[in-house]
Amino acid sequence: MDKIYSKIESISGNVITVKAKNVAYGELAEITTSFGTSLAEVIKLDRDMVSLQVFAGGRGVSTGDSVRFLGNPMRVSFSDNLLGRVFTGSGEPRDNGPALSENLITIAGPSFNPAKRIVPSKIVRTGIPMIDLFNTLVESQKLPIFSISGEPYNELLARIALQAEVDMIILGGMGLKYDDYLYFKETLEEGGALSRTIMYIHTASDPTVECLMVPDISLAVAEKFALQGKRVLVLLTDMTNFADAKKEISITQEQVPSNRGYPGDLYSQLASRYEKAVDIDGAGSITILAVTTMPGDDVTHPVPDNTGYITEGQYYLKGGRIEPFGSLSRLKQQVNAKTREDHRTIMDAMIKLYASYKDTLEKKSMGFSLSGWDEKLLKYGYLFESKMMNLSVNIPLEEALDEGWKMLAECFDKQETGIKTELIEKFWPKEG
Amino acid sequence: MSAKGKVSGVNGNMITVEVSDKIAMNEVGYVLSNGKRLKSEIIRINGDTAQMQIYEISGGIKVGDDVEFTGEMLAVELGPGLLGQIYDGLQNPLPELAARTGFFLEPGVYLDALDRQKKWAFTPVVGKGETVAAADTLGTVPEAAFTHRIMVPFSFLGEYTVDWIAPEGEYAVADKIAVIKDAGGNSHDLTMMFEWPVKRAVKCYSERLKPVKPMVTQVRLIDTFLPVALGGTFCIPGPFGAGKTVLQQTLSRHADVDIVIIAACGERAGEVVETLKEFPELTDPKTGRSLMERTVIIANTSSMPVASREASVYTAVTLAEYYRQMGLNVLLIADSTSRWAQAMREMSGRLEEIPGDEAFPAYLESTIAAFYERAGLVRLKDGSVGSVTIGGTVSPAGGNFDEPVTQATLKVVGAFLGLSRERSDARKYPAIHPLESWSKYKSLIPSSVTGYVYDVMRKSAEIDQMMKVVGEEGTSLEDFLIYLKGEYVDAVYFQQNSFDPVDAAVPTERQHRYFKLIVRIAAANLKFTEKDEARRWFAGLRLKTLDLNGTAYLSDEFLRIEKEIEAFVEERRDGYLPHSEAVLKAAEVK
Ligand SMILES: Nc1ncnc2c1ncn2[C@@H]1O[C@H](COP(=O)(O)OP(=O)(O)O)[C@@H](O)[C@H]1O
Ligand SMILES: [Mg+2]
Repeated sequence: MDKIYSKIESISGNVITVKAKNVAYGELAEITTSFGTSLAEVIKLDRDMVSLQVFAGGRGVSTGDSVRFLGNPMRVSFSDNLLGRVFTGSGEPRDNGPALSENLITIAGPSFNPAKRIVPSKIVRTGIPMIDLFNTLVESQKLPIFSISGEPYNELLARIALQAEVDMIILGGMGLKYDDYLYFKETLEEGGALSRTIMYIHTASDPTVECLMVPDISLAVAEKFALQGKRVLVLLTDMTNFADAKKEISITQEQVPSNRGYPGDLYSQLASRYEKAVDIDGAGSITILAVTTMPGDDVTHPVPDNTGYITEGQYYLKGGRIEPFGSLSRLKQQVNAKTREDHRTIMDAMIKLYASYKDTLEKKSMGFSLSGWDEKLLKYGYLFESKMMNLSVNIPLEEALDEGWKMLAECFDKQETGIKTELIEKFWPKEG
Repeated sequence: MSAKGKVSGVNGNMITVEVSDKIAMNEVGYVLSNGKRLKSEIIRINGDTAQMQIYEISGGIKVGDDVEFTGEMLAVELGPGLLGQIYDGLQNPLPELAARTGFFLEPGVYLDALDRQKKWAFTPVVGKGETVAAADTLGTVPEAAFTHRIMVPFSFLGEYTVDWIAPEGEYAVADKIAVIKDAGGNSHDLTMMFEWPVKRAVKCYSERLKPVKPMVTQVRLIDTFLPVALGGTFCIPGPFGAGKTVLQQTLSRHADVDIVIIAACGERAGEVVETLKEFPELTDPKTGRSLMERTVIIANTSSMPVASREASVYTAVTLAEYYRQMGLNVLLIADSTSRWAQAMREMSGRLEEIPGDEAFPAYLESTIAAFYERAGLVRLKDGSVGSVTIGGTVSPAGGNFDEPVTQATLKVVGAFLGLSRERSDARKYPAIHPLESWSKYKSLIPSSVTGYVYDVMRKSAEIDQMMKVVGEEGTSLEDFLIYLKGEYVDAVYFQQNSFDPVDAAVPTERQHRYFKLIVRIAAANLKFTEKDEARRWFAGLRLKTLDLNGTAYLSDEFLRIEKEIEAFVEERRDGYLPHSEAVLKAAEVK
């Protein structure tokens, strides 16, 4: 029989301490307070002093509340019954459906053996030229959208989710605004995708600790589906809230922060989640698209910075567009040799020219007279922004490539493009 | 009898253990938890308590769990069969683990690093009665393209007499192949394998030599301007996405060394897989065998346990030192040393040590220095020479080099290949900043010649800066030409396309020939009347040169384009610039 402990020794932030024996690190407990019951997780053992992180938070917990250890780590139900359902960050129903307790699986399991991984090879088409042409998304990629608040990142996320050919979608919301939650629900419904979607939603008004569980739960469930052969797309928004929740906990635990208050293991914490993205030989895959909002539009802020070091590139959303600089798909070269032979060349050449255009803009803003070359670049920059960067453009990759050649021919002489003669001869649009 | 203890606390991947027997710092122990044996290492001793870092995730451990100590420090197995392997940070073979536990890395499963079944063709080189010491060769076995020396274990102090040596034949690594006697007359059985503690440098050589010979990387910018020497050290710091990993992958393929050890330390698993899948298909031009047969991968990627990440770079460098003892040139590349430093930081934080800058421990600098010190060119006791070259990437927070790990590394390495966000954004790869990077080693090409071109580059960059202030119209045609020359050399020589089959790797001879052309253009007195005309001409020249970069060396096409470029330049050239005779002579330009 589980023993109940009814004396809480200390309460600090969301962390409580009780005296107890035979408790395992990472074990769950249930704490009953006057506000109801909450789960709590063991985060430190020191002889018979057990520290627990209370999911519902420490607010209102009294020293006389009771704690019952459950003898198992955090688990979540896994079955097809999850599809179409909405849960909280601790796996409780958020919709009107029944609570699920069948087939419980542990979350945050061990990492995938690198020797069992395969090289990602399947392109995910989105119809967005800044993605398909310049920073191709690949199945099993882990990729964040870097953005300042106010940008349409959730819209972009939803659009890619609907356009991508995947078997199912898992949405993990962290600190999500209620309106945004409703937006996702509606959009996925309109797109006919709700029945193949599972949502784990922590909203801005829910307890902080529950936010921490969202990525682990979402990814544990994704992993099981992927092992069954499903191509799963996991959307996580917003990982900065996850990192901030980590920060909050580590500060209450008096850990020495490493950078702007964030714990020294932020990198490892983020990596253990993102690395769940995988293409499984002979089975399905997990692709992760995550939003990382950048406080103060600062990429060097610890959260985007650590994220960029972990993920396989990033889409940098700014002014409603995906910026060519700062955006990157590290997996693009796995697929873009097989799309069309001019893909890589167009990709490189157009970006280099756009960089020159930016230089010219600077020159212009300084009031210098512009050369003929500068005039060409200005024309090119305008075309590039309106026909490639504009997020309302929705065309297949091949069309975008043709568009690229047209744009180059409209603005430059052949040799000015820096493109190899062989390709110029083949693809340069004929006069007239 | 080894010591035993009991767990009294758990905090992340650090546990506290009560133990009354004798234990040693860095001793390895196993926590017995839920039927599993979890490997861990003592990192602090205080009275009857020891603090240990666990090389696994610590979930499920309870206060009161038993701990068994081994009396040994963390060590690796050395012997034939290391080449072509892929290990985790503790030298567990990952493919064998996969065969055992499937897709996921189950905690507490440890396998032999060296295959115990495989037979090796042993040839003795010493006879009964001969005197031997640590690292002396007892016999050899062929391993891939190399003669693998079976040596007296490095830990054997003093002199020994060979009492028995196995005759030529096929043996497995754990078979007895020799018996040697120490001065006190005690016999020691030897096999083809032995262990060595990873955190101790192997120093079984007679002297360390100054690294002078360049390690050819086939990356133009490195070989010509920022060379790395065999036995030297270098670092590649850069913000995320600037190209550190791609550059290291390029080096691991094309560097002119015998053996490459890749330490994938705390970075993406996917990147290791690329190497893993591609290397067996690629040929090492030196040996004609697959590249995998000269490679060992130590993969302790970012989601694998942090404590074994800390160990992984030591595992890697120990394997490198082992092959150096065979007179081979070994390149160790570690991606990323920052993740290793962060692993130290995490542990230091749990130990509640007084933090230094950015919460890194105070011993960060000395630890980094000691790691790079394990590189070196050495003369072995038998007169042969071997080397370990170490190159580490650094991932500075916020891409700012002014941070503890980058700074500590810059103090000790011989070459600094700093990657710039500006260059990678503009797709100028490899994004090594040509003017801010430096190397203390000697290039393939005389420094007077590279210096001349470097000057052009520097001036070109200055003029570029000036133009941002005074505009193109405020710049003289003469200066503008220098600017264009700089841009041209950058585009065709500094930049190199890693994904082009020809351009990806440029051998020494081709670099020499190419660089002559570059010097000629740099020193040419070109005649133009206006800037736009010059710009167009350089655009044409650039295009032709890029075409040249993509053609097979000395092919008909190559020779044709080369001629065409020469003629193109001659058309515009009116002699050479003043003060260029010396460089033209040094570069052997006719
Ligand atoms: N030499 C190169 N040529 C072409 N593309 C490159 C080169 N180096 C890097 N890249 C591009 O930049 C991306 C990031 O490079 P990577 O080496 O992974 O960066 P880092 O390790 O510094 O984070 C690659 O996936 C590739 O798209
Ligand atoms: Mg990298």
